[in-house]
Amino acid sequence: MKPIRRRVPWAFLARRVLYGVLAILAIAVINFFLLQLAPGDAAEALAGQAGTADPQYIAQLRAQFGLDQPLWHQLWAFIVRLATLDLGYSYVFNEQVSVLIFQRMPATLMLMGTALTIAVAGGIVLGVTAARFANRWPDRLISLGALLLYGTPPYWIGLMMILVFAVMLGWTPTSGMENVLAFNTGWDRVVDIAHHLILPAAAQSIFYLAIYIRLVRAGMLEILSLDFIRVARAKGISERRLSYRHALRNAVLPLVTIVGTNVGNFLGGAVLTETVFSWPGVGRLMFDAMFQRDLNLLLSILVLSSTFVIIANLVVDLLYAIINPTVELK
Amino acid sequence: MGTLKAFLSILLRDWMMGLGLLLLLGILFMAATATVFFPNPPETMIGPPLQWPGQYPGALLGTDGLGRDILSGLFYGARISLLVGFASVAVAMVFGVIVGALAGYYGGWVDMLLMRLTELFQTIPQFMLAIVVVAVLGASIQVIILSLAIVSWPAIARLVRGEFLVLREKQYVQGCIVVGMSDPRIIFLQILPNAMSGVTVMSTIMIATAILMESALSFLGFGDPNVMSWGSMIGLGKNNLRDAWYIMTIPGIALLVTALALNMVGDGLNDYLNPRLRSQRGSR
Repeated sequence: MKPIRRRVPWAFLARRVLYGVLAILAIAVINFFLLQLAPGDAAEALAGQAGTADPQYIAQLRAQFGLDQPLWHQLWAFIVRLATLDLGYSYVFNEQVSVLIFQRMPATLMLMGTALTIAVAGGIVLGVTAARFANRWPDRLISLGALLLYGTPPYWIGLMMILVFAVMLGWTPTSGMENVLAFNTGWDRVVDIAHHLILPAAAQSIFYLAIYIRLVRAGMLEILSLDFIRVARAKGISERRLSYRHALRNAVLPLVTIVGTNVGNFLGGAVLTETVFSWPGVGRLMFDAMFQRDLNLLLSILVLSSTFVIIANLVVDLLYAIINPTVELK
Repeated sequence: MGTLKAFLSILLRDWMMGLGLLLLLGILFMAATATVFFPNPPETMIGPPLQWPGQYPGALLGTDGLGRDILSGLFYGARISLLVGFASVAVAMVFGVIVGALAGYYGGWVDMLLMRLTELFQTIPQFMLAIVVVAVLGASIQVIILSLAIVSWPAIARLVRGEFLVLREKQYVQGCIVVGMSDPRIIFLQILPNAMSGVTVMSTIMIATAILMESALSFLGFGDPNVMSWGSMIGLGKNNLRDAWYIMTIPGIALLVTALALNMVGDGLNDYLNPRLRSQRGSR
């Protein structure tokens, strides 16, 4: 059979990219006004963080941020800074905001990538198993487990895992990303980081797993009742092959949407887990920024994560069209 | 009465929903009787610190690192969790229903504009947006309710819009238009009651999500510092992870039970209100 060839949907892409840019702009504007609502202005907050109340320093900061200018000028300056990817300087961390964020990005990507991979694989296997044994004991067990996990505060799961696996059993380290005092290099360092990664990745994946299992199960039940499955069964195809090759492909579309949303949201999802496990990523950075009231850093991370969401949404729409060629890109 | 009877029969058949309601009533009872059983505020020191459950006669579930009664904290925390959960979803519902109804009923540029706004809010990661709102406006119960409402309304708006898109084409709505009924009357008295079943189910599950998010905010230390909440109890208990792990375990179980009860009720309501639909779950 000849594969269906699609032309690259340039018009769709152009429209969506334009819309995405407008959306980021709008979010930046919302954030800008949100920042205006904060008690005191940014200069006072920063001076406070720097530990001075020197009026000259505050005035200097005001001039530097253009806070002495009218609001519309400030908004314009803010947008221009954003457009040139100049996120400003963090006086709390004494570093460029963009450098701060991108230094921490690999740790977050590693954690969330591992967690999502575990969750997708586990969600598919457990969801398909539950659907194959619908209303029998494997299904009841898996569904009850998913319901329990869905209701559990994710950060609390993390704490309980630290308690059981790190404190009581001593299998894993309690927190952090690596044993910096060991000065590991090469392969030893990889093993050390992987050892530290197990617990946070597992805790984070459990949060997604609960949703994925339910989604895959519901989708599979719907597909398994269709005629083409009955035909395939009549042909004598094994139940396992039937589930994974024939039904799953059709049941996986809603999962693609949710996984896409979660991938786009990965920075938001990381805040709690990284805080619980002291994982040195962007989520932990956001927590610190919030704690130290570094509002500029906080809002930079917010705009950045919104950008990821918009990109992920676009990718999901394109994936949809690839998985299911009857989907029309509008 | 037929409705009530049908409801009761569902309750008997669907033991999960019954259990969920029972658990929920238990939590409500705790919230309602907190001041009766524990006249002193939960911040009061009632005995030596770090007493394990059963170890100190004055505190059934033990005391935390500051000698405060954990059971008392549990009762008062139930108030905060329920208040924040129900209030934030109520605010989100009012806003979400209005936006969704207007968009779905009028269509056209109203729809376009309102849905773009809704999508915009869904683009910012929920928990981050809640954190930032609290960071900017200051941590208090009112601000936390507002922040959770801000992150919850878009999902309701989209659901209501979808229902309205379908319902407004129904003949009875066309009939209302023909007899000259005013738009607000059609929207709120004719269409909305028929769109409420989905909203009810969704809001039940959203209350659970809001309660978990409030606890997460408090856990991180961004909750209202003047009240005792389950999340802040876990946050404090974290420091005694090694020697007194019951401090963070007990409020965690309370949260789990509450969220579970609400999800069970939501699933049951879904089967009852939309018998033809399988349980649907929104994304986070």
